Amino acid sequence: MIALSDCLIVGALLFSLSVVGIFINRKNIIILLMCIELMLLAVNLNFIAFSHFSGDIAGQVFVFFILTVAAAEAAIGLAILVVLFRNLSTINVSELDSLKG
Amino acid sequence: MMFEVSNMSFALPEIFMLVMACVILLVLAIRGDKGINSIYVLSQISLIATALIIYQSIGSGSGLSFDGTYIKDTLSNVLKLAICLINVFVLLYASSYLKARSLFKGEFYVLALFSTLGMMIMASAYHFLTLYLGLELMSLCLYAMVAMQRDSAVATEAAMKYFILGALASGMLLYGMSIIYGVTGSLAIADIAQALQTQEIDQTVLSFGLVFLLIGIGFKLGAVPFHMWLPDVYHGAPTAMTLFIATAPKIAAFAMAIRLLVDGLGEGQAYWQDMAIMLSVLSMIIGNVVAIAQTNLKRMLAYSTISHVGFILLGVLSGTAQGYSAAMFYVLVYSLMSLGGFGMIILMSRQGFEADNIDDFKGLSQRSPWFALMMLILMFSMAGIPPLAGFYAKFAVINSVVEVGLVPIAIVAVVMSVIGAFYYLRVIKVMYFDKPSDQNILQAPKDMQIAISVNALLVLALGVSPGALMAICAITFS
Repeated sequence: MIALSDCLIVGALLFSLSVVGIFINRKNIIILLMCIELMLLAVNLNFIAFSHFSGDIAGQVFVFFILTVAAAEAAIGLAILVVLFRNLSTINVSELDSLKG
Repeated sequence: MMFEVSNMSFALPEIFMLVMACVILLVLAIRGDKGINSIYVLSQISLIATALIIYQSIGSGSGLSFDGTYIKDTLSNVLKLAICLINVFVLLYASSYLKARSLFKGEFYVLALFSTLGMMIMASAYHFLTLYLGLELMSLCLYAMVAMQRDSAVATEAAMKYFILGALASGMLLYGMSIIYGVTGSLAIADIAQALQTQEIDQTVLSFGLVFLLIGIGFKLGAVPFHMWLPDVYHGAPTAMTLFIATAPKIAAFAMAIRLLVDGLGEGQAYWQDMAIMLSVLSMIIGNVVAIAQTNLKRMLAYSTISHVGFILLGVLSGTAQGYSAAMFYVLVYSLMSLGGFGMIILMSRQGFEADNIDDFKGLSQRSPWFALMMLILMFSMAGIPPLAGFYAKFAVINSVVEVGLVPIAIVAVVMSVIGAFYYLRVIKVMYFDKPSDQNILQAPKDMQIAISVNALLVLALGVSPGALMAICAITFS
């Protein structure tokens, strides 16, 4: 039987992996977008676990909304990425440095 | 569960705004960019009409609707009214900037209206779900708006940074929400407040969730150490978009902070107060000190925003009704001043020329004494010099932290506002005592010139008689 704490630990691990991924990745913006998706999925796991173990359906409904918004967010993120690549001909994170000060 | 039609009327301004945004989208789809002028007029009409609907509905009852997910109270009414009115000015200023740069397209207005809708939903949200959806509706429109200047490398870079950090903030906020949901067993803010009062809550887990919630709020407001996106986005985005991001969304973020921290987790104030103190003090210090080193006016105003956010948090962290109303007064005055500040940059710009360096304001008093005076009022107000609105705003928040005995923080705030006065005064010095390097006369259209004068004089008027607005803010939290 899977306990609530097991789900939460997996959720927390996925969440920390995605945050670490955002901060140490200096190579590729697509990996950043993947990290953001992973982060939202980790949150979804948390919501589902809490919802299941407390018998309250609201958390699962929230997950549907998060999934939908995540899809919209990915669309906007990839659109910005395409525009950025047209201008800079690179998707290297460390070359996004023209704004400083 | 009964569905009551009468409660729909609580969301009438949002419904109207949604319908108008869709109508404008249709007009754009049918007429394309030929109908741009009618799209502009329609957007202004819908903002003003929404403001009128909100104003009309102020007396007609308040309370929860949509099964407890939505609230209509004084706070939501006042903030929504302010959001709509400020956006009327924003669209007016933006149009002259966009026209000069072949950015005068219907998409901007559609995005602006949907973003306004998101802000209004945030102001009225009383459930984690509505709050999140309002926040995302606002943010997604803002990301797209920053990237609208497709051929500009800095604008797209700013958009990418804004997107990544904004999405990270939403993720943090959601993680916090999931933990709070786990400990209280509810997503509705009213139920969470009740659960905190009546149930035995595991305090460690609660404060764990609160940390993430506060990080999310800090990101959205732009408080140090979650401010990295703010200077880059303000600097990189086209000035019209910066103007939009710097004004009304801050009011919405303030509403979110009040709903979450005060209405929802007011009982846990002991836990979030220390964290809020840290955010506030760091914001005031970093914002004011780093702003001194800036030569770009947009970047300087970005750091000044960070310091203003520190002051707004000062009012929130005091944990008293007086503090909340002071913070509300501050955020309203801030968005008015920042509207004027970025408006002046647009006023000075013309085709092929961005007046976003402090040196571009050299000798403005000789080129245009009237607008130099307007800029002087705005800068003095941001620095917090009496009798301007910014002074009363700073006074009220500092007073509220002194009342709860946090004197050392009040001292930091005062010292930092003195340091902050330096870089505002530098702009004034450049305007009045330097020789103009640019002899061109101002080319901004008449309506924009009148609007910016009204804007600056409003800051002056609010400073001379702050009583009315302060009374409204006080009623909100009484």
